[in-house]
Amino acid sequence: MAMAQATAVRPAAVTARGWGWRHAGRAKPAVRALDLDISPGERVLLLGPSGAGKSTLLHALAGVLGDINDDGGEAGDADESGSLLVDGAVPRTQRGRAGLMQQDPETQVVLSRVGDDAAFGAENLAVPREEIWARVHEALADVGLSHLPLDHPTSALSGGQKQRLALAGILAMRPGLILLDEPTANLDPAGVLEVRDAVARCLNKTGATLVVVEHRVSVWKDLVDRIVVLQPGSGTDPAVLLDGPPDQVLTEARAMLAAAGVWVPGYVPATRARAVVPSPGTGNLLLAAEQLGVSRERSRRKGFRKIPPAPVQEGLAAQVRAGQALTVTGPNGAGKSTFALTLAGLLEPVSGKVSATLDLSRGAGIDPYRWKADQLISRVGTVFQEPEHQFVTGKVLDELLFGPRHLGHGEDRVDELLERLRLTHLVDANPYTLSGGEKRRLSVATVLAASPQVLVLDEPTFGQDANTWAELASFLSELLDAGTAVVSVTHDAEFTEALGGTELRMAAAEAVAP
Amino acid sequence: MRRQLTLAGNHALLARANPLSKFAAVLLITAVLALSIDWVSASVALVFEFLLFPLAGLTLSLLWQRGWPLIIAAAVGGWSTSILAPDSGRILLDAGIWTMSEGSLQLGVGFMLRGFAIALPAVLLMSCTDPTDLADALAQKARLPHRFVLGTLAAMRLVGLMAEEWQTIGMARRARGVGSRGSLGQRVKATLGQSFGLLVQAVRRASRLAVTMEARGFGGGQRTWARESTFSTLDLGVVAGGVLVAGLALFAALAAGTWNMVWLGN
Repeated sequence: MAMAQATAVRPAAVTARGWGWRHAGRAKPAVRALDLDISPGERVLLLGPSGAGKSTLLHALAGVLGDINDDGGEAGDADESGSLLVDGAVPRTQRGRAGLMQQDPETQVVLSRVGDDAAFGAENLAVPREEIWARVHEALADVGLSHLPLDHPTSALSGGQKQRLALAGILAMRPGLILLDEPTANLDPAGVLEVRDAVARCLNKTGATLVVVEHRVSVWKDLVDRIVVLQPGSGTDPAVLLDGPPDQVLTEARAMLAAAGVWVPGYVPATRARAVVPSPGTGNLLLAAEQLGVSRERSRRKGFRKIPPAPVQEGLAAQVRAGQALTVTGPNGAGKSTFALTLAGLLEPVSGKVSATLDLSRGAGIDPYRWKADQLISRVGTVFQEPEHQFVTGKVLDELLFGPRHLGHGEDRVDELLERLRLTHLVDANPYTLSGGEKRRLSVATVLAASPQVLVLDEPTFGQDANTWAELASFLSELLDAGTAVVSVTHDAEFTEALGGTELRMAAAEAVAP
Repeated sequence: MRRQLTLAGNHALLARANPLSKFAAVLLITAVLALSIDWVSASVALVFEFLLFPLAGLTLSLLWQRGWPLIIAAAVGGWSTSILAPDSGRILLDAGIWTMSEGSLQLGVGFMLRGFAIALPAVLLMSCTDPTDLADALAQKARLPHRFVLGTLAAMRLVGLMAEEWQTIGMARRARGVGSRGSLGQRVKATLGQSFGLLVQAVRRASRLAVTMEARGFGGGQRTWARESTFSTLDLGVVAGGVLVAGLALFAALAAGTWNMVWLGN
């Protein structure tokens, strides 16, 4: 039976002829004049700077681009030109021919039980019931999740497991074309490999065509047999800049790709070195954690009783010193971010304590969690993983002025920050409309505008291209030289190395029984 | 919060019944109880509801954890009725403007018991019904449109996520200097800002989820169901049980002469 099902997958072909797409409400097209042929079973890595239309192309191939009216037409004033065909037909008319996985693991899961979620796509394609469950079992085994019971709650899965479950749901549809839109950008290094290996296994088995978009080339290089580099549509230039076998493209275009911020294999962007590397233990002590137990959960209420949460980590100790970098590393779920947020006075310690020295507290009291908001921001600044969580106004300039206005001083620093982080041309833009790299730079600038002595960053390099990465590392080295303490939570070994300083490696948290 | 929405590990008898039949039984009982404010019908129903606890895999402490706001609300309602309702019979308690008499106490107890008796079936239903099974039953048996049912089910999963996101946004904004503490005005303003932040994230998540669902072929005309929603003899028993409890409550009150239709008054 397994063999009959494996042969049931018919790899799909992709043909684009002068294809272009402009999103509703946009002046410029996202993709212009694309000519591309992908033969059945080929595996293609799509590269290009942001704005080259990579995601737009994947969405179009998946048949989910734009809103559809009841009559099947495109709503709004979106504009399509040329033709884009999968197996010679318009993608929208071929439900189930292509399967798409996106970046955010939380939105790749639809239902609350593992088996139901894997079955969802096959149900929508009206596959008979017995056949659905046969496919679900096979797909879960293929992605390495068959050890979980079918009623296992999807909310208990890690990010990498969620993405593998999404892959299983796609496989159960038996698509001839698998589309991956930055499938590993939100995962830790172990999760990245989990997902990559699951994809490799499934492709080897089914022979389906693959199109993957990803910044980190080294992850996918050995799995694909072709790299296509797109460029932003402008004038008469073709949409495809380069096209060929991975080694050839990476040799020919290495410098160009690196300049565009693509993570080509073996390339670590140059960053500013520290003027003087201070020896460990020097620099004024600002913040200390002793015997610290942390948890993101608040005390639970069981009727009238208050039950303190079970800590994710206990007995943590750390010292934050002026001009010194502290990097917190460890596997996903170890409680790294929770620790950093507790250190930053945003979460209440479950046990032990965080104390600020007089150099930092300056009369505000010893416990950062008890500080008022404006006392906090001029002492400890925290940059969250998702920049949008921290936007509080509708204009870039107002974002930067927000902290200084609250404090009543420091507005003069804003111009310098705008200049240094290349945001000057965006002062009137809405923060939500910026690109990923611009949002990251803005979120760092807004926190620094309040001139904190300690800067805490949660996964600052997640999903960033090589250019933003290098800029950020260099900027932080300047801050360190100027005497700011920098605490960063990261999975990124190169980033840890670029910043230097002390590394606090956290072990995996022990599983807490529900 | 997300843990409470799932029922992993509940293998009680009623967890195996079809959600629709459970829903019908609950509807029957609450309809009868909503008609009268006497204490006899409410007590009879309550006794049977407590007997059903083990069948639904519910214990007293679980009930308190999940239903304590309802329980407190019923108790407070009973207390205030007994001191505020018009007095009749012997005065039991006199504290100035508040008096409690035999008549008003009876009314208050009736009110409280009725509150419990109406709230309990809902708690029972929730504690032995999985949302996914409910959606299956609504779409396959009650023939509600599957786009609507499954869309709602998928959105419900996001609600749990949003609770976590709310906490994160609150911290992220405090790190920008927006106080969640301070005067009432400041807190209201901060909460409004935080709600807007959450709304933006909810819309983004929802549209990404919609793309995921559409990419998995959702929204077409024909679809099959991996899980068949079925009725069995157990469901006959469940509905019969609902009829029995509602009927006994009604007859006990009629026989005791306490049946008191809400809209007829005294």
